[in-house]
Amino acid sequence: MSHLTDLPTWAAFVVCGLVLLGAAIALIGSVGLLRLPDFYTRLHAPTLATSGGVILICTASMVCFAVLQNRWVFHEVLIVVFVIMTTPVTLMLLGQAALYRDRVEERRGVPLKQKPLREEISEDTEE
Amino acid sequence: MRTWFPYPLLSVGLLIIWMLLNQSVAPGTIVMGTILGIALGWVTLKLTPARSHPRRILRTLRFSASVFLDVIRSNIAVALVILRVGRRAPNSGFLTVDIDIEDENALALLACIMTATPGTAWLEYDRGRKSLLFHVLDMENEEVWIRTVKRYEAGLKEMFA
Repeated sequence: MSHLTDLPTWAAFVVCGLVLLGAAIALIGSVGLLRLPDFYTRLHAPTLATSGGVILICTASMVCFAVLQNRWVFHEVLIVVFVIMTTPVTLMLLGQAALYRDRVEERRGVPLKQKPLREEISEDTEE
Repeated sequence: MRTWFPYPLLSVGLLIIWMLLNQSVAPGTIVMGTILGIALGWVTLKLTPARSHPRRILRTLRFSASVFLDVIRSNIAVALVILRVGRRAPNSGFLTVDIDIEDENALALLACIMTATPGTAWLEYDRGRKSLLFHVLDMENEEVWIRTVKRYEAGLKEMFA
């Protein structure tokens, strides 16, 4: 941590701002997970951390180490890309599980499964 | 050409990832990355993923810029909704949109975009009916959400046409 003091003031402000903003967004996402009323709305809260939070904190890291080591640093981009690529998998899994449960329990306000079109049935069974 | 480079884009992508991970553009890294890219391209051939041909780089750039702006905007919007949730319950709901995209990779990209923009959560895509069921956190205006998804659909169709 000691060599962080080598960071010039302007860069320190930029990095600080980005990290704090990213952390604030991630925190708001976590608060949302706690406070939102039902499962489907709660699905939205963590995506704040996985989009805004990750992007801002990774940008801060890029700026910080690029300035410190005096060269371009880009490999944090990979973190952003992989996080954005993999969150839909979990989110869809959770969403579909919730939908399935609510449809089985016949809860109100949940859209029903649409019946498959007739000509598609044969295709669906093959898969 | 096809036998040597079954998935050229994937190979190039792997090379770029390898260079980013090693943080160098030294010749050794590039050689190793190229070998890895080609070898993993052959391995991927066995998995037979859906092949698609993205086109029009300029359009793609403009599209990703608009998506990026949407991500920022929706981050702020969702943060405000969460902060106000004690005073005002979010008016959330389900929406269905007809999405006529055949390309599997375009669909996957659409899922990534919709997840990356908070406020919309992809729930179910019905291949038979080509309709997408998604959940919206703050449904002030249904039309706006449907138009947004339609805009993504149009952009992706242009890219993968």
